[in-house]
Order: sequence, then C-alpha cells, then structure tokens
Amino acid sequence: MKSNTWTIIKKEFARFFGDRQLLFTTVIMPGLLIYIIYSLMGTGIQSMITKGAGEVVTMRVENMPESMAPLFGAMDSSLVVVQQPVTEADIAMLEDKELNAVLVRFPEGFDELVIGKCEVEREALPNVEIYYNSTNNAASRVYMAVSTMLGNYGRTFTVNVPQVEGQRFDQATDDSIGAMIWSKILPMLIMMMLFSGVMAIAPSSIAGEKERGTIATLLVTPMKRNELALGKIVSLSGIALLSGISSFIGIALSLPKMVGMDEGVDLGFHYTTSDYVALLLVILASVLIMASAVSLLSALAKDVKNAGTMVTPFMLVVMLAGLLPMFQDGASANLAVYLIPFYNGIEVMTAVFSHELEWTPVVVTMASDVVYTGIAVWALTRLFNSEKVMFSK
Amino acid sequence: MEEILKVEGLSKTFTLSRKQQKIERTTAKRKVAVDNLTFSAARGEIFGLLGPNGAGKTTTLRMLSTLIKPDSGDAVLDGCSVVRQPEEVRGKIGFLTSELKLEDFFTPNYLFDFFSQLHGVDPNTTAARKERMFKRFGIDKFAEVKVANLSTGMKQKLSLVISLVHDPEVIIFDEPTNGLDVLTARTVTDYLQELRGEGKTIILSTHIFSLVERLCDRVGIIIDGRLVACGALSEICNGLTIEDRFFELYKEVKGGEE
Repeated sequence: MKSNTWTIIKKEFARFFGDRQLLFTTVIMPGLLIYIIYSLMGTGIQSMITKGAGEVVTMRVENMPESMAPLFGAMDSSLVVVQQPVTEADIAMLEDKELNAVLVRFPEGFDELVIGKCEVEREALPNVEIYYNSTNNAASRVYMAVSTMLGNYGRTFTVNVPQVEGQRFDQATDDSIGAMIWSKILPMLIMMMLFSGVMAIAPSSIAGEKERGTIATLLVTPMKRNELALGKIVSLSGIALLSGISSFIGIALSLPKMVGMDEGVDLGFHYTTSDYVALLLVILASVLIMASAVSLLSALAKDVKNAGTMVTPFMLVVMLAGLLPMFQDGASANLAVYLIPFYNGIEVMTAVFSHELEWTPVVVTMASDVVYTGIAVWALTRLFNSEKVMFSK
Repeated sequence: MEEILKVEGLSKTFTLSRKQQKIERTTAKRKVAVDNLTFSAARGEIFGLLGPNGAGKTTTLRMLSTLIKPDSGDAVLDGCSVVRQPEEVRGKIGFLTSELKLEDFFTPNYLFDFFSQLHGVDPNTTAARKERMFKRFGIDKFAEVKVANLSTGMKQKLSLVISLVHDPEVIIFDEPTNGLDVLTARTVTDYLQELRGEGKTIILSTHIFSLVERLCDRVGIIIDGRLVACGALSEICNGLTIEDRFFELYKEVKGGEE
C-alpha cells in the first residue's frame, strides 16, 4: 500500500482509537446494548412462558359428562377438578381476579346430545362454555389444554398423533429448519450492523473535515488525491468492521438467551469452517462497498448534518434489500445477481446460512465489490479534485 | 535575481449562486475574480499582493497553491507548473490561510509528524526541525496538548509551523496577521523576515498598508481582479506613501465610485 495512504489510515485510526467516547459509542456500545437488550427480552419471554408453571389451578366443571370425566381426571397434576355449578358471580370474580380458576359449563345431557351426531349438523351441536382470565398464565395454559382436548374429542379421526415413540411426520431436520430461519434473519441483521458502523463515522470523516476546514490542509500537501481517497475508504471500512464485529458478538452472546438455547433447545446453528470463511470474506467485501458509497455521499455533502440526511435514504434501500431473503426460497442461482452491490452480499449470506454455499457466487461477489470500490476510489479522487465540491459553501 | 515564480495571464471566473448574487448585489451569473494576472517573484524576496476585500488576492493565492485551477493562464513555481504539475508544486510550497484548519483532536507533536510524513520528510530531519521550530514559537511546552485546548494565538503559530514542516522554498501566506493579537502578529512578521534572510521567497496577500511598507520588497496592487501596478515600492509610489498611491490607483480604476 502506498505510504501516504497508510499515513492517512494511521491518522484515521489514531483519531478513532484516541477518542474514548467515539470508541465507546461505535465499537463497545452496539455490542453491549444488543447483548443487554436481547438478553433482557429473552429473559422476559422465557419468564412469560414459564410463569405460572407448577401453580395449582382449580377447574370447576358444571354438568360433567360421564364420557369426559376420565379425560379431565387424566389432565395435569397441578389441576384440581371440582364438579360444581358455574354461577354468574363466579364469572364476575374471574374478571376481578378474585378467583384463580377455569370454569367449564357443559350443557345438560351433553353425552346424549353429542354421541352419534355428525359434524354437518353443527348449528344444532351443544356448546361448551369455558370461562377464564387470560392475564393469568396458569389459567391460560389450562384453557388451552381443555379446549384442545375438547376439540380432539369432537373429531371422528386424528391427524399426526405419533403411534410409536419418536415418530416424525415433518421430514425436515432440526438443522435445516434452523438454517432456513437463520438465512432469512441474519443477512439483514448483519448488513444493518455493518451499515450502522459505517454511518457512525463516515459522515464526520469527510463531510466533517470539510466543515471544520481540515480537508483543505490535507489537500495542500503533495499527497495524491487517490491516496487520500483510498486511505479514507480503507480506514472507514476497518472501523465499521470493528463496529459490526462488536454487534455480532453481542448477538452471538445474547442469542441463546433470546431463543432459549441455554435451556437446551437446539436451533440448528451448525456451520462449517468454509461457511465462516465465506461469511468473513463477504462481510469484508460488503463493508468495503458500504464505506465507499457513504464516503462518496459524505464528500458531496456540505456538512455532517447534510451527510446524515443524504445517507439515510441509502440505508433504507440496504434495509429493504436485507428483507428480500424472507420472501424467497434460498439463495439465487443466477450469477448476474451477484454483480448487484449490497444485494450480492445478502445473497451469499443467505446461501451460507441455508447450507447452500457455493464458491463461484462468493468469488463473483468479492470481485465485483472490489471493482466497485475501485470505481468509488476513482470517483472520490475526482471529488477531492473538484473545487466546487470541496470548497463550495 | 533568480526568478522563482512566474505568473502569466492567470484568470479565474466563478459562477455565482443566487445567494452569492444577493450578497454581491448583482444580477450577473458569473464573476471575474482574477483577470489576466501577470507578475513574477525572485528568490529571497517578499512579494506582497495588496488590495481591498474581494479584489481577487485569495483566489490568486489559492490558484498558486493548486487548491483551485485557473480557467486560463499558468504559473510556474520553481520550474513546476501549477496546472500540469500540481503535486510537485504542493511539495515546494508552504501555504497558510485562515481557511486551513488543524484537527482539534490531535496534539502539535502528532500533527507535525503527520504532515512531515505526507511531505516525505525523513524521521531524523522531522525530529530536529520540530525541536527547533517548536522552541522558536514556544510550542514546545504545549507539544502534547490537544489543539482544541490551545489558545488562538498558539493555534495560529502551530498552523504556521505545520505549513513549513518540509522547509519549502516558496511560502504563500494569505493575510498572515489577520485575527492575530499584536504579540503573535509580531512573531509572525519577524519570522517572515527571518525566512527571507534564509533565501526563502514569500508571497503574501494583505490589505494592511503598514505591513506592505515594513515587509515587502516588491508589491502588486490588485483591484477588481486586475493587477493595476507592480514593482518595487519606490517604483510604484512616486514619492507618495503606499496608502496614498493605492487610493490614487483605486480612484483611477473605479472612477470615484466607493
């Protein structure tokens, strides 16, 4: 690398790493915040799911049919079934949370009304009323169990009830289900994190230097403009990558809490070394192209505020591109897709996360992004040479 | 004396935005900032460009420092053309103007090393030059203080020092004492004379008559982008003071208009 480019990179890094506040907000805070927020969300969700487990709930059943009694008796041990009439006062007490119970009211002579009847006479079928308060987790669970049990009871056949232990009907493996989920979510998340890193520093790096008048001091040195452009883009990419890595670590650490993996759930996050290498390469290429694009916009902007305004619509486009994998089935087989900047990175990530990695698209993505970066360096050099862009107020 | 700078037919026209048209109180869409400027400067002299605000002094100096390109004409500086060899020219000049700022975040020590590297000065020379210049301007005590925390005068002195990290042959100063307190202004003007003594050429712009009288060997008077007089002070003043001569020329050009 040319020595002046390296001098610019060192200066940008010195500026970044020397500013503890900037370092904290750009590299440490994103990962830390993601970890804290996702962990708290995960803990909250888990606690909502498990809240009320083991709590004893009373179920009052009015007009218990003879055919149903054994089924109710075989339900959860934390359920106390009492045969007792359900009154309007009881229902009012449920609403006021003065009664922790589920109230089931069968019509009189339920068995005679139901047995031998066909479902086509639905309007003539008897109705079972189940009263509960859904803000009580334990009561909600009992309601779900009873309504499912009654639903199955009404049918003349069952669907997909395992006949032997371990019998599977969905032939997708846990790994492929997990891969499908990750391939739809993670590409967008990663692109957003990388873009946030670029956004945090690129506007102030060039538009800020214009605003503060420090760019002119650089422009009167004998350094070539393309050395300055390359130095800016490479240093911004490096810093944005650090910010992206921080966010990635935050997600990686909080993900098990978020989705209950630390409770023993296997979400199929199993990837090979090749997958990780491809991911790293495509992240590098993507961050380079992002830094290039934002640097160009930043150079065109009059000041940092203007740069922020110019970059925002661009960020929305990247976000939209990140959403596309959710509406498609795996990565595209069309190589031309991998020539589209930003979207090519998302496509390769989709392929990696859905265990469909092929190296040709990775190479096409890397090569095209390097070419686009070269074009951006050329364009940025021209902007640095343009007195209208550099010095207009 | 050896000619180190030769300016020939240098011209620059700017397109005015609506905002600029309002400020300039004109409906014209273009403004001729510098019109066919021709002059030269010899090695070891201080050449002053004297003129009122908006006369085209700063534009001329910015073209000489290659920050902006002339529409026509050229200037050859120590054998290098500002149009065809801008990078070589930038290596030969030290340029200082109030619009060039230093990053607040860094220390004088860091900035001196950084700009020395960009100018390709070797580390040993950098260290020796830094020690000498920091001492000369009293920056040595603040070498590790961030620019943001320096006084205005100290920042100006640091800007001057930074513009000279590579020991250039030609030094271009736009209004060198503007905004400086009297002590700092004196330090700067004394140093300019010192540099002349070392054989350096200094091109400066100013609207301060006393500065021209005290410092300049030769002067060019620029009004409305045109050079209306150029030569040694004694040649262009005809026994008048530079101030009286300037207003005489100003009236001739403007026809009595203010």
